[in-house]
Amino acid sequence: MSQNNHPTTPRKSATFDDYTMSEIRRAAATGIYDIRGGGTKRKVPHFDDLLFLGASMSRYPLEGYREKCSTEVVLGTRFAKKPITLKIPITIAGMSFGSLSGPAKEALGRGATLAGTSTTTGDGGMTEEERGHSETLVYQYLPSRYGMNPRDLRRADAIEIVIGQGAKPGGGGMLLGQKISDRVAEMRTLPKGIDQRSACRHPDWTGPDDLEIKILELREITGWEKPIYIKVGGARPYYDTALAVKAGADVVVLDGMQGGTAATQEVFIEHVGMPTLACIRPAVQALQDLGMHRKVQLVVSGGIRNGADVAKALALGADAVSIGTAALVALGDNDPKWEAEYQALGTTAGSYDDWHEGRDPAGITTQDPELASRLDPVLAGRRLANYLKVMTLEAQTIARACGKSHVHNLEPEDLVALTIEASAMAGVPLAGTSWIPGKTGF
Amino acid sequence: MPVIDLATTPLRELNQALHDAAAPGHNDTEFEVINPKGAHAVAVGVSAPVTVEVKGSVGYYCGGMNEQASITVHGSAGPGVAENMMSGTVVIKGDASQYAGATGRGGLLVIEGNAASRCGISMKGINIVVRGNIGHMSAFMAQSGNLVVLGDAGEALGDSLYEARLFVRGAVKSLGADCIAKEMRPEHLELLEGLLAEAGITDARPEEFTRYGSARTLYNFNIDNADAY
Repeated sequence: MSQNNHPTTPRKSATFDDYTMSEIRRAAATGIYDIRGGGTKRKVPHFDDLLFLGASMSRYPLEGYREKCSTEVVLGTRFAKKPITLKIPITIAGMSFGSLSGPAKEALGRGATLAGTSTTTGDGGMTEEERGHSETLVYQYLPSRYGMNPRDLRRADAIEIVIGQGAKPGGGGMLLGQKISDRVAEMRTLPKGIDQRSACRHPDWTGPDDLEIKILELREITGWEKPIYIKVGGARPYYDTALAVKAGADVVVLDGMQGGTAATQEVFIEHVGMPTLACIRPAVQALQDLGMHRKVQLVVSGGIRNGADVAKALALGADAVSIGTAALVALGDNDPKWEAEYQALGTTAGSYDDWHEGRDPAGITTQDPELASRLDPVLAGRRLANYLKVMTLEAQTIARACGKSHVHNLEPEDLVALTIEASAMAGVPLAGTSWIPGKTGF
Repeated sequence: MPVIDLATTPLRELNQALHDAAAPGHNDTEFEVINPKGAHAVAVGVSAPVTVEVKGSVGYYCGGMNEQASITVHGSAGPGVAENMMSGTVVIKGDASQYAGATGRGGLLVIEGNAASRCGISMKGINIVVRGNIGHMSAFMAQSGNLVVLGDAGEALGDSLYEARLFVRGAVKSLGADCIAKEMRPEHLELLEGLLAEAGITDARPEEFTRYGSARTLYNFNIDNADAY
């Protein structure tokens, strides 16, 4: 019998799948690693793997539209003379002018202010657009120190010392030449058009003992008024949080690997750092072990998309969350209305991540004046405010169903996990059992 | 002239007094600080044209983010002296530890002794004059400004340098990635003469120095330069 009558079905390798092989061909053709924006795209255990139990016989729910469920959060109560009070437990993460356009930064400020929350500068200094339109502005203190000056420190409402971010713990910023316009170059004291690589370490301190002194200096310069945040990427959350507390932080910002970046190597984004879900409980444990839970506030970021994610992060012990990628989507990033232009760039709406190239059809991650003019900062700000308010309502809905009069009253006992992995990471039982892998018997 | 004794006065009071000097109605323009005994964050964030004489050695970040003030330390300085200085002058009569003048944007930092490693790291416009030697990795990723060294420089001077100019009179142990010796043109001699005069140095001539700067080969990614990163 001829073998042709029974041909072997073509079988693709699970190891050398289409994407992997195309990356090998791309690397061979171009001689450079892939650079992109955003956070990890691989599937990792996440908030979707958790469920709230809600109220029943053993818990008493609150009326959805009548009984109060507060969402206010105060950040910086440990040392700062002027802590920040936010109406909602959702903040806008640091994103630089340079990676984002001026109108996009303005829109973030407008949206955050309408919703009663803060926005954050990034690795490019403070712009008038965002200071002018942000009622509460957090000023990032980064290794590059681009644009750093005492005037902006003093007119900030809080200072966030950035040690790392979830997309690239241990990596510095990157802004390629296409986006180093005259204005960006001037703010960063760099030649126009170069491929800028920020340092990954701060230039004038190493380790938590030095950082404690650095924080002293920043507090002295700003009269001990400003809350000082320390932002870390999700790597060793127990020890990083404990050391941040030791160094004198008022607030710890913890960013998991789903957290986005403006640009870095794909291999970095996908293979360094831990999922957000895996970071929260160790960080909370560190705060509890030090007697500092709720005294040093914990802000969690990386893959927060809706009110359920917010509620779950708070139930696991966070005081607030921070969003970056979702905020850009609310402004208009990756909107299908630009599909023809995404196609022309070799991608599709929902997948566009070459933010470093500055050709964003939505006009957000660009320094091209014509593209940037596509974003109306007033309308985009309104969209962001709507989105933030919806997320807050969703979180309140869940909190009331769990019988909580403040979203901070949500607790791990309100949660179960759908998978063993999520159960182990979040430290809550597998649904229908009392089993937490590694902690309890069954 | 107010004399502030750090043996008996909290640091906060010292810095607040210096910050208040910028406010209307405050007429003190000269301050003396005694017994610093290695205190950190002495005279930081000063934003007024005042004179501060520190009689002793200081710890980390003395003169940090200075604007307009003239600060003299009659002793040695710990890490990060005059970090991110905007303008004004900081003079260290003794030695300075690592990161001196880090990320400084303007003004003049004079170190009459030696400076340790990473002097002028990430500098962004400051002028630094060191009478003695500087340590390794100095002027790392230095973006703008001038670093003048009358003595020797340690390993990897000017690694990943941008547009800062480095002038060294003595020996350089090694140059960092993308840092090269460059021709000393008349405008550089003139610049150096001015910097030496501003630093009060009369026993060195511009012609004795070698200029170093960026070869600019790493400004844009090129896979064939990967071994330089």
